[in-house]
Amino acid sequence: MKNCEYQQIDPQALPTPTPTPPPHHGNDRDEKEQPRRPRRKWEVFPGKNRFFCQGRIIVARQSGVLPLTLGLILVTSGLFFIFDCPFLVRHLTSCIPVVGGVLFIFVVITLLQTSFTDPGILPRATPDEAADIEKQIDNTGNTSYRPPPRTKEVLINQQVVKLKYCFTCKMFRPPRTSHCSLCDNCVERFDHHCPWVGNCVGKRNYRFFYTFIVSLSFLTAFIFGCVTTHLALRAQGGKGLVFALQEMELVICFFSVWSILGLSGFHTYLVASNLTTNEDIKGSWSGKSGEDVTNPYSHRNIFVNCCSVLCGPMPPSLIDRRGFLPTDESAQTGSADIEVPALAAKSEINVVGGSSQLTIGLQEPFSHAPTPSQLPPNLFLNLTEALLLAVALTQSAAWLTVMSWFSFSCLMLSHI
Amino acid sequence: VRPRSASLVTKVFIQRDYSEGTVCRFQTKFPPELDSRIERALLDQTVKTLNSYYVEAEKIGGQSYLEGCLACATAYIIFLCMETRYEKVLRKISSYIQEQNEKIYAPRGLLLTDPIERGMRVVSFTHLLPLSLSVQG
Repeated sequence: MKNCEYQQIDPQALPTPTPTPPPHHGNDRDEKEQPRRPRRKWEVFPGKNRFFCQGRIIVARQSGVLPLTLGLILVTSGLFFIFDCPFLVRHLTSCIPVVGGVLFIFVVITLLQTSFTDPGILPRATPDEAADIEKQIDNTGNTSYRPPPRTKEVLINQQVVKLKYCFTCKMFRPPRTSHCSLCDNCVERFDHHCPWVGNCVGKRNYRFFYTFIVSLSFLTAFIFGCVTTHLALRAQGGKGLVFALQEMELVICFFSVWSILGLSGFHTYLVASNLTTNEDIKGSWSGKSGEDVTNPYSHRNIFVNCCSVLCGPMPPSLIDRRGFLPTDESAQTGSADIEVPALAAKSEINVVGGSSQLTIGLQEPFSHAPTPSQLPPNLFLNLTEALLLAVALTQSAAWLTVMSWFSFSCLMLSHI
Repeated sequence: VRPRSASLVTKVFIQRDYSEGTVCRFQTKFPPELDSRIERALLDQTVKTLNSYYVEAEKIGGQSYLEGCLACATAYIIFLCMETRYEKVLRKISSYIQEQNEKIYAPRGLLLTDPIERGMRVVSFTHLLPLSLSVQG
């Protein structure tokens, strides 16, 4: 048996000079005893996310086309402010740059908030919880291991809803929660993973996302209108670099207006009926299977639905990125600790060779070692997300090609 | 080789109740493992009070609309400066849980963990079974 050399700790004698900063119990361990600075939870986060500013900012690992989105918005708005505003201020009104400025600031701020906010990630179940769930559903008391069943049914507002078991996060997913395979996290009220903002859209950042697309549609429509007015007012002057740049603005805005307006309209419909993109695509509540299914989360009133989705209370982040890891869990070794009889009883106690009825947590709670019992994630979900991503990427590729072709042709034409 | 006494820990979980939707609510079903440790009425009272706190936090009414509209008008920047109502209620909840632990649960050898630390999935009770073990080797 290993790890058998222990000293009985004397609580009164705790502040002895030890190299480790948190007063760790005076174990005589043979392993490395170097001083460990207390680590924050974001450093051991199991999902595929990246963190900046010491865990304050969270993004998906693949930032998708966020730089492109930001670049397009900045370039188009910059061209608008530099070339169109002076002319229109002289000939029309000085409100134009003010309105444009307000819209532009709204768009950029909400875009950054959508990208950098935790969408409602659920932390993975601790080993104790996972063991408890398996114990509850293993009715027969059979000692041979079987993988837990994949669904559990609950009744929500007289509607039967199936909750699926997530093998990665080791818990039954709450209603409306879905596991994003790109980020490898379960996200509450999962809408979709948006490559344009480089993050999932879920419960916590849906309102930012909605404000972003609505204000972006206003901005693109506004710029489109202003540029058309500018070109119409100029009438005769049709040559030169300025003209080519304005044509480029026009082209960008023309294509953006249709797609962004369409997206805003679609999400307005979703908000009014309290649906998520995920549920709409899967047809969860549309009664396709012929049963009498209705959306159990809808308040049956468009106004109340809108208010509850957009103006409801802002839930806090559940992953506690900047919290500190408890010191014995950050040690990452299966060692035994002697319990100090105090209210600091939150730390897990790992015992080597304990009784079989007790839950023994020998792994770090955030570790994600793939177990042989882990079945592959739900294929349908993978397909839906892959499809969405493929559609978005194809659209952006086609859009880029058309746009560059148009602007080059405009440039060529303007020199004829 | 010295004999040592260790306290071994078990945990009991109370799961979420989804019968009213995605609102945060915990089941009031009494877990049989705690039958000998605590009176049913006390546990019921704790869970019901927690549920009422969560209802208050997630209530959709005048104040939450005002907060939402004001936040929207400022492009949600006020979320960086101001503590939301939900966060205020969460602080009330954690002080309530601490008070309950001191008064009711610690004397019975139980520890109630704040659900926010478990991703709002469970209310967990940790209890200590005094046991002595001697380790040879």
